[in-house]
Amino acid sequence: MGRTKTRERFANQINAGSMADIAFLLLFFFLVTTTILEDKGILVKLPPWSDEEPDITKLKTRNVFSVLVNASNQLLVRGEIMQVSDLRERTKEFISNPDRREDLAESPSNAIISLKNDRGTNYKTYLGVYNELQAAYNELRNETALKRYGKEYEYCTAEQKNKIRNEIPLVISEAEPTAFGEEGN
Amino acid sequence: MSKFSKKRGKSTPAISTASLPDIIFILLFFFMVVTVMRDAELKVSVSTPNATELTKLENKSLVNFLYIGKPLERFKTIYGTKPRLQLGDKISEIHDIPIFLEKHRIKVSENQRPGISSSLRVDGNVTMGIVQDVKTELRKSNQLKINYSAKPRARE
Repeated sequence: MGRTKTRERFANQINAGSMADIAFLLLFFFLVTTTILEDKGILVKLPPWSDEEPDITKLKTRNVFSVLVNASNQLLVRGEIMQVSDLRERTKEFISNPDRREDLAESPSNAIISLKNDRGTNYKTYLGVYNELQAAYNELRNETALKRYGKEYEYCTAEQKNKIRNEIPLVISEAEPTAFGEEGN
Repeated sequence: MSKFSKKRGKSTPAISTASLPDIIFILLFFFMVVTVMRDAELKVSVSTPNATELTKLENKSLVNFLYIGKPLERFKTIYGTKPRLQLGDKISEIHDIPIFLEKHRIKVSENQRPGISSSLRVDGNVTMGIVQDVKTELRKSNQLKINYSAKPRARE
C-alpha cells in the first residue's frame, strides 16, 4: 500500500527531460527558416514628377559636372572618357575645387551633378557610378566634419550634420535617358 | 587534508544538464525574434550589385519591395526571358505599380505614411530601360523615397 502511494505522488510530476528536445526541434525550425535579411542599399530621393523638363541651360557650365553612361557601359565625364575607379577623385576635386580653378565648381553648394544614362546601360554600371558619386559627397562631408569638429560625420550631432549638409548638398540631377542601346538583355 | 584532495581527484562531477533547456530556449527566442518569414516567393532571379555607400532600411513595415530581374528557369515558358517586374508575389506590369503602392499604403497608419520607402531589388545585369520606367512610375505615384538594394563591398 505504501508503495502505490509513492508512485501516485511521482506521477503528478511532468517529466521535463524531453523539454530540451522539444526546444531543440523548435530551434532547428527557426534556424532553417531564418533569413537575417541584410537589407541595405543606396538611399535616393527622386525628384517629384513634372511634365516639363528642367532647364539646366541657365546654370553656369563650370558648376555642372556631367556624367554620361552609354549603352556599352562607358563613361564620359565632362567630355572625356573615364574609368569608374577615377570618378570618385574627380568628383571630389570638382565639388571642393581646392585650387580655385576657373573650370570647376564655384562652391560645393553650387555644384550640380548631371547624370545621364542610356536605356541599354547595365544596372550594375549605373549603380556603380551612382555609388561613386555618393561616395565622393560622403567623403567630402566626412573630411569637413573631421576638420571642423574633429570627429567623423557619422558621429556629429544632428545640428552639425545639418550645417555640413547645407554646405555640401548632394544634388544629382538625372536626365531622361537616351535610347540608343539594345534593351532587355 | 589528504581526504579532500583524494576525493576530488577520483571523480570529476558530471556537468549538470538541467539548464540546457533554458539555454536552448534563449537561442530559440533569439531566432524567433530575428526571423523574417519570406512573404514573397521570388519568380525572378535577383542578384543585386555591390556598393559601398549603404544605408540600412529602418522600419520593415514601411518598406515595399519591387523586384526586377529575369524570370526563373521554370517560369520562362510563362513569362519569357526578358527582365520583368515582380510586385508582391506576382509578376506585374509597370502600370500595376500605383495599385501596389496604394495597397501597401492603406496598411500603414496615417502618421507613418510619409516614411514609406520603396526598395528596388534589381538584378545587376538588367538594362536600365525597365528600371527607368519603374522609376518614372514611382515618381508619378509620388513615391520618392527609394532605396537601391545592394550588397556591401569593402571600401578600398
